[in-house]
Amino acid sequence: MDKAQIQHLGTLARIKLTDNEVEKLATEISSVLDYVGAIDEVVKSGELKKEVGPVYNIFRTDEITNTPGEYTEALLKEAPDKEGRFVKVKKILNTDE
Amino acid sequence: MTIKELRAKFITGEYTPVDALNDTLSNIKENEDIHAFLELFSAALDQAKAATERFKTEGEKAPLLCGIPLAIKNNILIQGERTTAASKILENYHATYDATIIKKLREAGAVLVGGTNLDEFAMGSSTENSAFGPTKNPLDSSRVPGGSSGGSAAAVAMGAVPAAIGTDTGGSIRQPASFCGLVGFKPTYGAVSRFGLIAMGSSFDQAGPLTNSVADAELLHNTMAGTDAMDSTTITPDTYPEVIIKDKYRIGIPRDFLKEGIDADVMELFEKNIQDLIEAGHEVVNIELPLFAKGLAAYYISMPAEVSSNLARYDGIRFGTKVEGDDLLGDYLNSRAEGLGAEVKRRILLGTYVLSAGYYDAYYGKSEALRDMMREELKDTFKDVDLVMTPTTPTPAFKFGSQEDLLAMYVQDIFTVPVNLTGVPAISLPAGMVQRDGKDLPVGVQYIAPHAGDARLFDFGKKIYDSKL
Repeated sequence: MDKAQIQHLGTLARIKLTDNEVEKLATEISSVLDYVGAIDEVVKSGELKKEVGPVYNIFRTDEITNTPGEYTEALLKEAPDKEGRFVKVKKILNTDE
Repeated sequence: MTIKELRAKFITGEYTPVDALNDTLSNIKENEDIHAFLELFSAALDQAKAATERFKTEGEKAPLLCGIPLAIKNNILIQGERTTAASKILENYHATYDATIIKKLREAGAVLVGGTNLDEFAMGSSTENSAFGPTKNPLDSSRVPGGSSGGSAAAVAMGAVPAAIGTDTGGSIRQPASFCGLVGFKPTYGAVSRFGLIAMGSSFDQAGPLTNSVADAELLHNTMAGTDAMDSTTITPDTYPEVIIKDKYRIGIPRDFLKEGIDADVMELFEKNIQDLIEAGHEVVNIELPLFAKGLAAYYISMPAEVSSNLARYDGIRFGTKVEGDDLLGDYLNSRAEGLGAEVKRRILLGTYVLSAGYYDAYYGKSEALRDMMREELKDTFKDVDLVMTPTTPTPAFKFGSQEDLLAMYVQDIFTVPVNLTGVPAISLPAGMVQRDGKDLPVGVQYIAPHAGDARLFDFGKKIYDSKL
């Protein structure tokens, strides 16, 4: 695992990393990946089952259980940046990219 | 002090829930340097007053947890209370609803005293990863209380509360219970609702009790357990075959798994516990669980994968800490850079990597396949034995800063992690003391039961542990 790969993972995970962090993480993540590589001894690639397992979706009835606006105030209170009844975010369209 | 002893006093009226809360609060104050609590809940006094009144009018008909002061790990949502998961990114977050288990504890009359310290987002085995400073082990303050439910364990061990609630993703209830001389219980996956738990690894997480007796653990578990429409992974009585209670049990020891890496004193105590079981009339046999030893590898693939998905929600937009950037992406990058600690970042990145296109089959796919294989292996094992027994941890509580090496810290969980990978229930019981630097330190022994065998663990635990209290 090299530094460029760590930087890329940081971007994917939306975490800005300092040079120090990148250096440390490169070593640490490599050592963990070496360790978990032991899984190859027990599970051979060809043995991977591609079938649906014992887990299945459980659905509940789609019905409204709260009154309109019941949680609005409490939830908005937790937003760090807001305007009136809206959570405020920076514009996502027409950026330079 | 156990819940049952406390309740007996409440019923006679010689000691009231308000007295108990006052004693709890003075204990917490006296033990401030232990740093077991992150939050004290001001609503506790009203709950204690109401409970005191209930005992006056209802006596022994008052609900089973009426007036009992409980400490709650601070990654469990309590409406209106600050719930940080020991992370800077949730430093000022107040829960907007009650977790299902909190609702149930309230209905049973419990007094919710405060939120306990933990490793950030429950990621760690020592509470050293808390963004608000570590918790000390009340039995030796130069040592860690274990983790991630270290604050909950310390709160009980220092005598502030008779019991606390923790969460267990890879051993986070059982390991601190072992380090602090307590009973720690991890339920069958799905026995207890995860609704309102701050998610770490959703296919692993379960909430459970840390207590001074098995009977108390049973009482708390039975209060919190049950199918919940808000958590589709909760089980019903029909999900698994019935696990019966027996007079004497047949217990399997995975000897190959115990050959290396275990502290000599811990192993000696473990052998002594085996002899005690045989003397009590239980049968002990050697078994083989070759895949269990590989569990840690699967855990450090599947768990970070789930962490990377679950923690994507901390974006600095809807709730939590926001650190401004030049644009929206900058807001995300900065908020998460500032708000999340080193171990959390490490696991998110690791999870991001193993879920990346092209690596899925090599890591996550294999890990999930191994979990299936482990479940099969365990199923076969439980055709022969009723319970599986291992040490809870390879060592007693270690000193602060002594586990600098990442993998050395991860190996702490070698015996507890296979339980979460397969979803079976397990209990850690105090096994005795080992001496370190002239101090007696507790260590635990872990018993594992088949899926839905929670009641069997309580029955067995009461027979071998509570009977000696």
